[in-house]
Amino acid sequence: MSMEFLIASAIGALTWAGIYLSLRGRTFPVVLGVTMLSYAINLFLFAIGRLKVGAPPIFSEEAATYTDPLPQALVLTAIVISFGMSALVVVLSLRTFLETGTDQVDGEPDPAIDPLDGDRDEWIKRRNAHRIDMLGETRP
Amino acid sequence: MSLSISDNLAASLIAAPIMLPSLAGTMALIFRRRRRMVAAGISIGSTVLQVLIAVALLMRASQSNPTPYAMGDWPAPFGIVLVLDQLAAWMLLLTSVVGFAVAAHAALTKLDRKGWNFHPIFQFQLLGINGAFLTGDLFNLFVFFEVLLIASYGLILHGQGARRLTSGVQYVVVNLTGSTLFLVGLGILYGVTGTLNMADMAARGAQLAQGDRGLFLAGGLVLIAVFALKAALLPLHLWLPRAYSSTAPAVAALFAIMTKVGAYSIIRTTPLIFGDVAEPILLPAALGTIILGFAGMLAARGLRDLAAFGLIGSTGTLLVAIALFDGDGLAAALYYLPHTTIAAAFLFLTVDLIVRWRGVEGDAIVPTPRFAGASLLAFLFLASGVALAGLPPLSGFFGKLLILDAALARPYAAWIWGVILVTSLIAVIALARAGSTVFWKHDDTPELPEDRDPPRLVQALPCLFLLALLIGLTVFAGPATRYTQRTAAQVLDKPLYLRSVLGTASPPSLTAQGDAP
Repeated sequence: MSMEFLIASAIGALTWAGIYLSLRGRTFPVVLGVTMLSYAINLFLFAIGRLKVGAPPIFSEEAATYTDPLPQALVLTAIVISFGMSALVVVLSLRTFLETGTDQVDGEPDPAIDPLDGDRDEWIKRRNAHRIDMLGETRP
Repeated sequence: MSLSISDNLAASLIAAPIMLPSLAGTMALIFRRRRRMVAAGISIGSTVLQVLIAVALLMRASQSNPTPYAMGDWPAPFGIVLVLDQLAAWMLLLTSVVGFAVAAHAALTKLDRKGWNFHPIFQFQLLGINGAFLTGDLFNLFVFFEVLLIASYGLILHGQGARRLTSGVQYVVVNLTGSTLFLVGLGILYGVTGTLNMADMAARGAQLAQGDRGLFLAGGLVLIAVFALKAALLPLHLWLPRAYSSTAPAVAALFAIMTKVGAYSIIRTTPLIFGDVAEPILLPAALGTIILGFAGMLAARGLRDLAAFGLIGSTGTLLVAIALFDGDGLAAALYYLPHTTIAAAFLFLTVDLIVRWRGVEGDAIVPTPRFAGASLLAFLFLASGVALAGLPPLSGFFGKLLILDAALARPYAAWIWGVILVTSLIAVIALARAGSTVFWKHDDTPELPEDRDPPRLVQALPCLFLLALLIGLTVFAGPATRYTQRTAAQVLDKPLYLRSVLGTASPPSLTAQGDAP
């Protein structure tokens, strides 16, 4: 098995998982899916400079051949941005869940999995009280 | 010596639209809690300065060829360059005036007090938009897209609330997926051409072998799909109405520019790098967008939905003109672009005032009791409706006329004429229906809250400023169209751009990248 095959199938599998998960209805799989997609892209960007083994990216006296350093810089930028974005979307989904009482991406509670007992506001209040407990703050 | 320093400073003015908001944003961050007036002052002052800088850059750009500015003095294909040309200067001026109006409106209506960080995020938003207009490097364009998106996530959630959070999650996920696709396109293009500089890529794309050419165009189409997502083109528009109608209307007014960032990116990259590859897709999609946008206005139950769908429809009109990809079409598009942005921002700000001043029923299109200031609001709503629908006497009429005229010689002329004229009628009906329900009918059942503040007429000043801009664009339609015609010619003059940025029209052939085993 060549390295090209390995990288290509890894990118393919990650993309497949990412697309499937990001089309799900609840925020947690969607967040995972977007993260998978960004991993696939990081691998892809790494491969656009052609795959080479044992070649340095910057000047070296012994080097006979070099690998392209630019894609590595691009991947670093992409990793930083997608990492920050993932953190943001996790916090945002959590906040939405706590404020609306559902983790459906469309904001409509699904009666099958969001047992609200009819009183949603009460449930949200309970949730928020729980959140304050988790943070170790005294309840007002 | 002093001469060379002043020359350097003059050259560095190109970077000022990026440097200034980043400085102002940081300064506003310092004052955001203790001295909120200072933060607002810094923010508004920064937008005023940006207007002045944009005017200076516009005057410079209209007298010269595209001017590159090498960041860190690294020459063009290796370092990142900013490129000032007439198109970039035109977009910068538009951004700065809309930014000024929105910042003033937010300060006057105390929207900026709904959270701590409005002004810093607002400045970083302007930084991202200005950077996207100035950069001459595709990966740098991606970075500025991310900057403006990150800031927009902050702004769209400003003030919070359950509905805003839900639509915020959707907006963020859609845009994250868009950014991923952007990187896919960039990766393909870099893999094929070995460069990220737009001018260098344009030159190398033309020299590619037949097999690589197909991959190159595929990468280009992925990028155009991402830009179409930002511009809310037909199958990719679904994120916009909910996001824009649930955020604060003043923020949505600024976001009227964000769809234009997508349109700008199509204008910038397509004729230069990819040629006419997207033409057969863009035109039908744009026509569909117009129909959907203006039909959505007819179905809207709230004024903010109305404005959001109006924005989609008018951006569709703009994209029809862009999709013609010839001098007349682009000139018409560039005249219509500032008009539609200002008109949509104007409508959003007016809707914000309606929501604030009438005190009950929010933005729903239903009759309410008579409220103070209604006559001024009715006038503003009429003016913004006239502008958005493209009726005379305001500049939208000239814009649509120019677009129809440019489409006349095309094989699809009948379709373009039919769609644009019929949808203008639909928009007029939708706006008239909404306006007459809100301002002419009265229903005394919902009680006006007793402790309501009387409307402060000074809050209408930013709206009147935007109206004055539209009138200015109408009165000075002659010079403006002459400018946009020269701009269109400059955008389509590929050799001129390559010569100006790279110093030569044909770079040396591929050496570093042509080492595939």
